Amino acid sequence: MSLTPQLVLFEEDHKKLVAVSERLTHDANAKAVFLIDRNGQLVTEAGELKGIDTTSLSSLVAGNVAATTGLAKVIGEPDFPIHFHQGERDNVHITLVAQRIIMVVIFDDRSSLGLVRLRVKKAGQKLSQIFDEIFKRAESDDGADSPFAEISEDDIDNLFSD
Amino acid sequence: MAFINYSAREINCKLVYYGPGLCGKTTNLKYIYEKTAGEAKGKMISLATETERTLFFDFLPLSLGEIRGFKTRFHLYTVPGQVFYDASRKLILKGVDGVVFVADSQEERYEANIESLDNLRGNLREQGYHIDKIPWVLQYNKRDLPNSIPVEELREALNPTGKILDFEASAQTGTGVFETLKALAKLVLTELKRGNK
Ligand SMILES: Nc1nc2c(ncn2[C@@H]2O[C@H](COP(=O)(O)OP(=O)(O)OP(=O)(O)O)[C@@H](O)[C@H]2O)c(=O)[nH]1
Ligand SMILES: [Mg+2]
Repeated sequence: MSLTPQLVLFEEDHKKLVAVSERLTHDANAKAVFLIDRNGQLVTEAGELKGIDTTSLSSLVAGNVAATTGLAKVIGEPDFPIHFHQGERDNVHITLVAQRIIMVVIFDDRSSLGLVRLRVKKAGQKLSQIFDEIFKRAESDDGADSPFAEISEDDIDNLFSD
Repeated sequence: MAFINYSAREINCKLVYYGPGLCGKTTNLKYIYEKTAGEAKGKMISLATETERTLFFDFLPLSLGEIRGFKTRFHLYTVPGQVFYDASRKLILKGVDGVVFVADSQEERYEANIESLDNLRGNLREQGYHIDKIPWVLQYNKRDLPNSIPVEELREALNPTGKILDFEASAQTGTGVFETLKALAKLVLTELKRGNK
């Protein structure tokens, strides 16, 4: 049905991604690191900002990246791979990983743009490898082990019973 | 396309409300937001102009409950219906799992409905989707207005084969809003069950 395969994330994937994100948070002196699917769905989070509304954050970041990517095409660039928003207290650094994933780093004046850039580069390579594997697996997967292969009409109806 | 997260034991699907300008897409989401219990919904985000026309999108996250131990989450989006926002509509359609096409039943919007459905078809095709292959439902909105035309006429124009599930609605009062959403959610989950990709 779709050009890009469905994103299926297992526990082991999650652990690996969180490990890299936590490492990045630490090495970059950042407040938080979020990995978000380009469609606006949160994949993992790390760091100290855990209390915030990550669902809103994810959809807005994805909208932001979609809009700037559209803008890039208009002026003849393939993409803007890095976005940076500077705030009074917190700054947001956004990069694309493995074409489909958005890495968001939030940092304040305990860090610097230079340091974040440097650390993001290294972490980005590791994350790309992990995601490439995830996507490769999704492409070859025939969907047999999807938890939804087994659900019945009744299961679906029950969701709407009230 | 849906995101299945075994680690968090949840499944995320993206539903998009499409249709001509002022047909009532945002009103659908507002009603769903108002009538959904606190723990089942997240914040509604509206990126709109000063006159409340959708500029980029509205966003409303919902969780419907569990299926076999997996939380089902639906991310509802609306597109901006005004013709000149086509670039934004294309962006929002990316990764869609299902579409509600909201038609405006008023006589003077008859052609706008047809054009918007053509626009949806074209924008899906650009992304390699065929409208016949994705879950979608139709909503004939604003049935409360005196200048709305008979449903049969709308059906003939927008659903000539009668194969698409369609619903009469009045988003302002909420009639038909949840029926439409549930029908689409069901189609999307059924599609996932078939393991279609
Ligand atoms: N009478 C009546 N008015 C409605 C109904 N649904 C929406 N409206 C009104 O129609 C106007 C436009 O509704 P919106 O929901 O903002 O329309 P939209 O489709 O989001 O429009 P865009 O964002 O420009 O694409 C508002 O004034 C609504 O109150 C309905 O069922 N009946
Ligand atoms: Mg709107």
